Amino acid sequence: MNTTEQRGVTIKVCMGTSGKASGGEDVLSIFKKLIQLNGIEAQIDRRCGYKKVGCRGFCSKDVLVDVVIDNHKVTYQSIRPVMVERIVKEHILQGTPVSEWLTQDDYESYHSKQCKIVLGPCGEIDPESIEDYISIQGYRAAKRAVTQMNRDEIIKRVIESGLRGRGGSGFFTGRKWEICKARPEDTKYIICNVGEVNRPLAEGNPHAIIEGLLIGGYAINAAKGYIYIRERYHLSVERLRNAINQARAKGFIGPNIFGADFCFDIDFSFGTEAFICGEETALMESIEGKRAMPRVRPPFPVQRGLWGMPTVINNAETFSNIPLIIGKGAKWFSSIGTQESKGTKVFTLSGKVRNVGLVEIPMGMSFRDIVYGIGGGMEGDKALKAVQVGGPSGGLIPASMIDMGLDYENLFKIGSIVGSGGMVVFNEDDCIVSVTKFFTEFLQRESCGKCPPCRIGTKRMLELLTKMTEGKAEYGDLATLERLTGLMKTSSLCGLGRSAPNPFITGLNYFRDEYLSHIKEKKCPAGVCTALISFSITEDICKGCTLCKKVCPAGAISGDVKKPHKIDADICIKCGACYKACKFKAIRIK
Amino acid sequence: MLCWSRNLYSFAHMEQKLKAILDTYLRSKGTLITLLQQTEAAFGYVPEEAVTWLSKMLDIPESRFFGIATFYSQFHLTPTGKNTITICCGAACHIKGGDKILEETKSALALNKDEETTKDLSFTVQSATCIGACSIAPVVILNDQVYGNMDPAGVVKLVKGYEKEGEYTGFEYD
Repeated sequence: MNTTEQRGVTIKVCMGTSGKASGGEDVLSIFKKLIQLNGIEAQIDRRCGYKKVGCRGFCSKDVLVDVVIDNHKVTYQSIRPVMVERIVKEHILQGTPVSEWLTQDDYESYHSKQCKIVLGPCGEIDPESIEDYISIQGYRAAKRAVTQMNRDEIIKRVIESGLRGRGGSGFFTGRKWEICKARPEDTKYIICNVGEVNRPLAEGNPHAIIEGLLIGGYAINAAKGYIYIRERYHLSVERLRNAINQARAKGFIGPNIFGADFCFDIDFSFGTEAFICGEETALMESIEGKRAMPRVRPPFPVQRGLWGMPTVINNAETFSNIPLIIGKGAKWFSSIGTQESKGTKVFTLSGKVRNVGLVEIPMGMSFRDIVYGIGGGMEGDKALKAVQVGGPSGGLIPASMIDMGLDYENLFKIGSIVGSGGMVVFNEDDCIVSVTKFFTEFLQRESCGKCPPCRIGTKRMLELLTKMTEGKAEYGDLATLERLTGLMKTSSLCGLGRSAPNPFITGLNYFRDEYLSHIKEKKCPAGVCTALISFSITEDICKGCTLCKKVCPAGAISGDVKKPHKIDADICIKCGACYKACKFKAIRIK
Repeated sequence: MLCWSRNLYSFAHMEQKLKAILDTYLRSKGTLITLLQQTEAAFGYVPEEAVTWLSKMLDIPESRFFGIATFYSQFHLTPTGKNTITICCGAACHIKGGDKILEETKSALALNKDEETTKDLSFTVQSATCIGACSIAPVVILNDQVYGNMDPAGVVKLVKGYEKEGEYTGFEYD
């Protein structure tokens, strides 16, 4: 920590995507204004600093604000612009923290169960300052790698650490580098893919990504690195661009880095909204300016990649781990995690849990610890139904397997993938068939159309799933789906088609009854599929408050004040407005 | 910045802008994607005349341009609105009611299901797959500003606020 933090006042305001969305910018500017207005600068010897910091994970309680006075830090949660005045007056001027706005116990338990090695600096350092990054040993690993280690040593260390790709299939990073380095070609490329789940990393600690990319570039002897990112992630692009410019000004990238005979530069390649660009070869097609359609492999990208040259692609989280492995050693890294899966993994925990946000967990942590420990339990104490890991093409893990540890092996076994890091928690109110249909709808839209198993397969899958949710399915449809998804898994050209059936296959494995009741009884047990449900009012419970009658947009509810109401099933459009409005839980969904 | 009185574009004006785009493309060794991205940024969409012009200048068939423009959802072949409102429909947003928000936004702007842009070109409504802000789902992006924990009422407030002021002044956090 630098000296300004040890003395005086520092105010840190969360400026991640979530922080900004909750009004972080306004909070910071009001802090600045009030502090100047109150002449605090004079009172505390011009020792007041402000910091925009990146995401610190606990997004459900944004805007988070740290106030550090003489090295004593307290954290406020859910701060709105109007609340700033009281903090300045009572805490900064008079020295008494506003106790009712401080973070509660859940903030503590949310963080204490995590293992923040990659996310550690996010939320602590200013992501727009290279000095801040250097003050936490930044670029020291890169300097050591370039000036004191030869290329094989670096690759050996990465192999020994057991680091696996944090993006898709979990290939060993060191092995990938080794194959690429061994290629005879003179020109090689290294690409960092910044996906949606990597955004907080790019926004909170962009220099770690740059440093990892630099070390990787040196290890495989590439002269050029690309950062592939969607143009629409404005904040991430801005922070990465700023980081590249600062690193270039310091001579960390450019010609003769650290005085050694090594030149390396980094360029942006702006991707566009396409899920298929997560596939390595499709991503390279996109950088080359073509339609993002995957190539046939082999040859693999490490043999013939971008512009026909050997290319390494890793995602931003993988690269963020590299400086730590070089700096702290392979042994240290491999002490975290399980036998086969080392290190940590970042997830965006979302869905129906109490604490949603960005989490980093050691590999092998059980789903129980994630949902009930870090996540603080289910929202509204509803029953857990399933956890979806790995985005739209990941699998559904049922509540009965909640004690399973999260690592590559376990997820492969049940037919899921670690993926890039989405984790959605479903509760009893979510319908597995409908959720699977939602994922398939997405994948069908995103299928590039190059190979028939995926192009036609996803379309047919969607048709059959739609039939089920509409109550028009027959017995044979389930068998057709099973055969179809089996074909897609084995014969699709790329990972998108091969993994598209994952939600269906895992869903059918663990929730077969739910599929059967959609097909056989034409019922949706969770009460989601509108074609299969009906709304009615329980007469004993209804108090005749007329609220449901007022909110019904279709005018389907009739009844007099203080007398039980009735729903006309022929007029009802099943929007659920009455269900939400009723204070006595008199509305039933069947 | 984007120019919104596109209907008033003369071809000479368009050509002038395209020359500048072509110049950057040739100097920075860009690709057809970057070329189209700049065209979209300059006009708010990819006009057919622009593709014809670029195709002639570069001696690349028009079909290559359209092949790319229709593959990626970021490109529009018809004019887009002055304000863009993006509704996230990723998994996390979906189970928290993202589709309801999309419906509500469209009905607030009197758009039917398949329409994206209002007739007066004031709004374009589009859905995104996942924008990576799952922890504050459901998420709506108005121009560049991200709004989290949205609900149908909130998004209507957001849109109406814009309609009234013309230029947006801010959003109340509650």
